[in-house]
Amino acid sequence: MSTPLHIGFIPLVDAAALIVAVDKGFAAAEGLDVTLVREVSWSNVRDKLNIGMFDAAHLLAPVAIASSLGLGHVKVPIVAPFNLGLNGNAITVSPALHAAIMAEIDGDPFDPMATALALARVVATRRQSGAEPLTFGMTFPFSTHNYQLRFWMAAGGVDPDEDVRLVILPPPYMVDSLRNGHVDAFCVGAPWNSIAVDLGIGRILHFVSDILISAAEKVLAVRRDWSEKNPDVVTALVRAHIRAAEFIEEPENRAEAARILGQTERIGVDPEVIQRTLDGRLKIASDGTMRESGRYLLVGREGAARPDPAQAAWLYAQMVRWGQTALRPDALRTAMGVFRPDLYDIASGHRGKASDASDAIGAFAGPAFNPEDIAGHLAAFRIGRWKP
Amino acid sequence: MSAESSPKIVIVDESPIRAAILEEGLREAGFTSVVHISEMQSLLARIYALDPDVIVIDLENPSRDVLEQMFQVSRAVRRPIAMFVDQSDAASIQASVDAGVSAYIVDGLKKERLKPILDLCISRFNAFSKLQDELDRAKSALEDRKVIDRAKGILMKLKGLTEEEAYVLLRSTAMREKKKIGEIAQSILTASELLK
Repeated sequence: MSTPLHIGFIPLVDAAALIVAVDKGFAAAEGLDVTLVREVSWSNVRDKLNIGMFDAAHLLAPVAIASSLGLGHVKVPIVAPFNLGLNGNAITVSPALHAAIMAEIDGDPFDPMATALALARVVATRRQSGAEPLTFGMTFPFSTHNYQLRFWMAAGGVDPDEDVRLVILPPPYMVDSLRNGHVDAFCVGAPWNSIAVDLGIGRILHFVSDILISAAEKVLAVRRDWSEKNPDVVTALVRAHIRAAEFIEEPENRAEAARILGQTERIGVDPEVIQRTLDGRLKIASDGTMRESGRYLLVGREGAARPDPAQAAWLYAQMVRWGQTALRPDALRTAMGVFRPDLYDIASGHRGKASDASDAIGAFAGPAFNPEDIAGHLAAFRIGRWKP
Repeated sequence: MSAESSPKIVIVDESPIRAAILEEGLREAGFTSVVHISEMQSLLARIYALDPDVIVIDLENPSRDVLEQMFQVSRAVRRPIAMFVDQSDAASIQASVDAGVSAYIVDGLKKERLKPILDLCISRFNAFSKLQDELDRAKSALEDRKVIDRAKGILMKLKGLTEEEAYVLLRSTAMREKKKIGEIAQSILTASELLK
């Protein structure tokens, strides 16, 4: 007898392991009868998971932490036994902003410090001339997109709360908003950056892996109480995801994976665009300029699927840095406890290797991240809402 | 302030019909200050300008995430909280998600005052879905009838049947192939287009 499960997702490429686990039969092979439910907002995914309409969900990693801490919303403890993706976002800018940054840049355009310093000069010039502040779109207050944008610009001296506007935009509206000048840039996951590039209205300035070598992006999220009542189902579900991630990461399977993900009722875009993301080979400008990176989106390779509590600690530190919550040792422990490598290991059948916390994140600026000393870490950054 | 008389309610909904049904219901119930926003561009600026006590949004609306920005202390003019925070009333949360609507309440308005508004939204949203279903069914029934009439005409002409005989042929074929009469009729229309 198979176990019926309802799992919510947002149509983004980093739901790949979940969608392939279901559509390629890995979940069925584990005795799970999964109904995937496509959602239009992270608020819906969160609320339906919270009240039990979903058994599991494709969720922004910071939302899983915020929900467990009761930040911005009702407190519901969540656990993440599988990391659906590391990285995978990009920062896309309008042609006008790109030209302005390139006019000011001193260094390599892929060097985030060079672009951030150039952005600071663009922002200063605009302020002097009385122009409106630049507007950056991102997807959710508790999102890696928010933290990646903030980390990058703050490193160059741009205060994200004072010097520019950060606005939330649902991913499907990003491209239109860039076209009509409502935003000058955005940070979003695939396929939206590629769609903006293909339409000739945006240029990919950075892969987020330029900013942080590794950032936990989306997780497979379940309620903690549900996971405790259904340990075998969690194990089966994670095992199906491990199989799916292995399938996706085999280069010869990419075309099939992209076709599965491209189906109308899943992500609903051209499989070719999806495959660019899986391959990490993206067109970054409408003139056809390509860029390739082995760290664009990791769906399981290099241990990416095993949840790393150091990643959760880094995300919590960003919440503190930007004034979303206060720094408290018990909250840090709760945040780290959301990421559950132990549940992953039960499913994989062997004990995985914990990351070396000192290079778990690999940010381009600031000291190496140390989860044991978040106050010391944050003290190294001049811009932020948190004060020691 | 207005919250003591009739709270100002903003309906965020891209469906003009559903918003009208909701607005009418709220007015009938004595909530006279109701504004409908159908344009999602610069949604937060519009909401801040209106300064409502209650915000109602449909769950099919991706802009629900935009409202989350209002909970960020640094930017908010006033600080709304989500309805879902009221964990004491799980049934009404479930009912509102089922109906496809979510309500946000702004600090300062008593929770008891939101309850009748939310209940009304739930019942109007459910009424709208029912209406939508009925409309869809009526529309497809009407289309079926048109298709069946045309298929009968083709059979009468090609096979020299009476209207009743043509219908019996359609019905018996549908039963044999375990399909709807409308589907058989549609395949006759498609075939006759191809053979033209």
